[in-house]
Amino acid sequence: MRFAALASRNLKETVREPLSVVFEIGLPLIFMLMFWALGKNLGEDMFTATMQLPAVVIFGFSFLMSISAITLARDRQSALFLRLLTTPLKSGDFIAAYSLPYVLIAIFQIAVCFAMAALLGLEIIGNIGIVFLIFILMAVCLIGLGMFIGSIFTENQANIAGSAVIVFVAILGGCWMPLKFVGGVFESIGYALPFAHAIDAARNVLNGSTLGDVSIDLLWVIGYTAVFFILGAVCLGWKTKE
Amino acid sequence: MGYIEDKNNFAIQTFNITRKFGNLTAVDGVNLGVKKGEIFSLLGPNGAGKTTIIKMLCCLLRPTGGTGAIMGYDIQEEPLAVKSIIGISPQETAISLHLNSLENLELICGVYGMSKEETKKRSEEILELMSLTKRAKDRAGKLSGGMQRRLSIAMALVSDPLVLFLDEPTLGLDPQARRSMWEQIAGLKGKKTILLTTHYLEEADALADRIAIIDEGKIIALGTSGELKNKIQDKQIMIVKAKNLTHEAIEGLRKIYPDAREIEGGVEIRAKEISFERIVNYLHSEGTKIESTLIKEPSLDDVFLQLTGKEIRE
Ligand SMILES: Nc1ncnc2c1ncn2[C@@H]1O[C@H](COP(=O)(O)OP(=O)(O)OP(=O)(O)O)[C@@H](O)[C@H]1O
Ligand SMILES: [Mg+2]
Repeated sequence: MRFAALASRNLKETVREPLSVVFEIGLPLIFMLMFWALGKNLGEDMFTATMQLPAVVIFGFSFLMSISAITLARDRQSALFLRLLTTPLKSGDFIAAYSLPYVLIAIFQIAVCFAMAALLGLEIIGNIGIVFLIFILMAVCLIGLGMFIGSIFTENQANIAGSAVIVFVAILGGCWMPLKFVGGVFESIGYALPFAHAIDAARNVLNGSTLGDVSIDLLWVIGYTAVFFILGAVCLGWKTKE
Repeated sequence: MGYIEDKNNFAIQTFNITRKFGNLTAVDGVNLGVKKGEIFSLLGPNGAGKTTIIKMLCCLLRPTGGTGAIMGYDIQEEPLAVKSIIGISPQETAISLHLNSLENLELICGVYGMSKEETKKRSEEILELMSLTKRAKDRAGKLSGGMQRRLSIAMALVSDPLVLFLDEPTLGLDPQARRSMWEQIAGLKGKKTILLTTHYLEEADALADRIAIIDEGKIIALGTSGELKNKIQDKQIMIVKAKNLTHEAIEGLRKIYPDAREIEGGVEIRAKEISFERIVNYLHSEGTKIESTLIKEPSLDDVFLQLTGKEIRE
């Protein structure tokens, strides 16, 4: 478990510079509150706490993805990283060590969002454990994407790529507008990516669907997660051997 | 790996190791053999290729030609074996700024898979050795530049590597800290094999068992400090500091001693045999007011100057 030492360093580095963590946790809460207020005024079902929880949580993960990508891209240029590359750590260890702290932050974020949604009238008909599982899977998936982006791009490029993904998640994930309203090509693209599957799955389970009902959606997420992590490890290995 | 000879004697070997960056050949067919327990110094000016050699030996950079071996393990074929026995202090200070000194050392111990007890013991020892015990709980980002440098070197030592690479270890240290770093490095003599790069001739002179002078990617001289100085022992060096020294006077001097060159506030003359009287008389006849004269022993500086025709630090 050699990567654990580096993972612990990365977690300390992150939480000792708490502004980005506060931002990361606070932003989804503000979004949830905003859309909830909007829903109240419009009487729109799309914006109830139950509908918003999955959207806001997963949208929040996209920021986590961006921060993790930028951190990895920046650290890759550092003398310490170079020094660590001369140790027996392998590229998979680096990816694990850079992902883990963000998974922990994601768990904290899920808890905070659940609490906020409960205050705003969250109704859970299905199994809350399954909703939690879907969220965790999606967090890992997006952090994997962050690892891939952080492995191939420079810090500036990672910043731009991260922002692009955040927009994709918002639109193609159907966070605030159901994909079937958008229709056409965008709907097809949306369902070829994991975000909409995860949001749909979480909404359905909150409304009473079972694990079996959403298993196809989850397979999409798991498949992408595997692809992102493998790409991340391969690209990091390739990028660090000049 | 048939060509890795004498696995037992050498800790570090390179075989025509070469690295090109586009058109630039940063390291050009270097052959080195550093014996076990030896402190070996690469001495050369900026851009000579010192860091590039170290990076290749630490598996950070692929050679474009030739190869190298650490304790008999080929750097390209067995990088993992190499990585588990080396330690490096890079030219740039390599520390984690939001971690304190102790945590920085624990990070390295953890990465090498050391046990908790071992980690604690080694970290405390090394903090003491590098005079950082008092600052153990301070964030690395709040330490002074010189302390950060010491921490960076401590991180190279803490895993107790067999082979140690120190890329300009005393960069940014004050004279006192530099002396004490020299003592610490000298204290490792015989226990570890150390490859150290430096621009400081005094540093190579003080620490290294053997020195390779490197310029433009090539080794231009190799030997003990004494051997290198012997190369120019047949040359005497005289430095004359003088007022109103004209170009004509120096030109005239060159007719007698072709190796006379203008230096700040005077002239430096090198020749197999120097006649003090002749020089002084000649300069007087040119109306030069001599302030001081000095006949000196050749230094590594002079070796470098003679071999390359330029100063090591321009
Ligand atoms: N990644 C790189 N890409 C292109 N050129 C490089 C790269 N790394 C080093 N070089 C070039 O290779 C040459 C040798 O550089 P190197 O860093 O090995 O010198 P050095 O002897 O360590 O110098 P210094 O004393 O300044 O540290 C230089 O001309 C440098 O510009
Ligand atoms: Mg260098």
